[in-house]
Amino acid sequence: MIHFVVHEDGDSVGTVVVEGVQAGAALNGWVMEQDRVVEMRTVSDIPIGHKIALRDLEPGATVMKYGVDIGKVVAPIKAGEHLHVHNVKTKRW
Amino acid sequence: MINQDTTFLGYRRENGRVGVRNHVIVLPVDDISNAAAEAVANNIKGTMALPHPYGRLQFGADLELHFRTLIGTGSNPNVAAVVVIGIEPQWTQLIVDGIAKTGKPVQGFAIEHHGDHDTIFRASKAAREMVQWASEKQREVCPIGDLWVSTKCGESDTTSGCGANPTVGNAFDKLYGTGATLVFGETSELTGGEHLVAERCATPEVKERFMTFFNRYQDMINRHKTSDLSDSQPTKGNIAGGLTTIEEKALGNIQKIGKKCKVDGVLDKAETPDHAGLWFMDSSSAAAEMVTLCAASGYVVHFFPTGQGNVIGNPILPVIKICANPKTVRTMAEHIDVDTSGLLQREINMDGAGDKLLECMLRTANGRLTAAEALGHREFVLTRLYESA
Repeated sequence: MIHFVVHEDGDSVGTVVVEGVQAGAALNGWVMEQDRVVEMRTVSDIPIGHKIALRDLEPGATVMKYGVDIGKVVAPIKAGEHLHVHNVKTKRW
Repeated sequence: MINQDTTFLGYRRENGRVGVRNHVIVLPVDDISNAAAEAVANNIKGTMALPHPYGRLQFGADLELHFRTLIGTGSNPNVAAVVVIGIEPQWTQLIVDGIAKTGKPVQGFAIEHHGDHDTIFRASKAAREMVQWASEKQREVCPIGDLWVSTKCGESDTTSGCGANPTVGNAFDKLYGTGATLVFGETSELTGGEHLVAERCATPEVKERFMTFFNRYQDMINRHKTSDLSDSQPTKGNIAGGLTTIEEKALGNIQKIGKKCKVDGVLDKAETPDHAGLWFMDSSSAAAEMVTLCAASGYVVHFFPTGQGNVIGNPILPVIKICANPKTVRTMAEHIDVDTSGLLQREINMDGAGDKLLECMLRTANGRLTAAEALGHREFVLTRLYESA
């Protein structure tokens, strides 16, 4: 079972692709570009489609997905934590 | 799945273009002609009215876009014949003349000094003749290169970027080599990935024209915005589906143009491409507006990837829904034509997902109704550029 997918090595985040992921669960991730599997323990409940941080991120840090900048961190994020609009914002507009 | 020898069964029109549907439409020029147009479509079975809320007191570029969209819709090869109804004779005739350039049957009726009753009576007689004439048209074998395919995604979520959108990209890469004519757009939804689209432009001229349209749209947003747009772009549905920023949404969006296709040209809204290849069309990212513009540009099949489950259709352009979110596929099954949720569990690969979409495309082109067609989704939404005079 794949619990989350990562677009490529170096990305800060994975995308949860199953329903019902709860805090403390051990998750299998698939890095699509490199076609390899990684493991991660979540520290949050994460809905399907939402992102899991793959490493600790400090405010001001850039979040990478698809190997590209998708926004800036605005509140400290721990590895395994739910990463979304409460701790990441756009750099545009 | 497909190569240059692949064929489909289409309707070859008077101007050589090929359609995959055989609609007879009743097209109002303006809002106040909707009632008469709908009455004609109600009288004559097999015809379809395309009501809309605009067409009065528009001017300048906004009026030109209105005319271009209506003429383009009537000219689309999925349409066999057209009845045009407007309040005044001049603009009605302008739409008729534009559509008549295709060589297809088209007749216009102005309501002023006739009233609805007389107009409906005369237009119904014309519509009956057209629909009986069109019903004898036969499909013929056509090369895949005659197919014009558009794409635009909606109610995207993160599964769009890793599943449904790259499925379209894979299919576009395969269609690109067959001489097909393709288009994508959604100018504001490239924000954060515009450099990636610019790198894909075939020539410096195309790149410059793309960046001109992109920057114009950014200027428009910056002029009117009251926040960082986090209340509307990404949408509430995008955010519920896990998309956090416009940049993340854009990078998922861009997966639709695959890995190999070049951007061969740039179109203004509702303009018609003049050669094969992949085109970028400047357009809103709102689903019904963008798909309506694709139909007006002459596209005959549409790929619509969705994550959270957008239900859109179009009156004349079959909209094929692709979804990789297993929850949406389960809860909104009646809207989904191609389920690629297996991608995210490595049960199928991207090549297989692209082929699955292309197979559905060929069946749709050959006549199979899409989910949106069967459910009666006929969203016809005209893009406005500014207020009426």
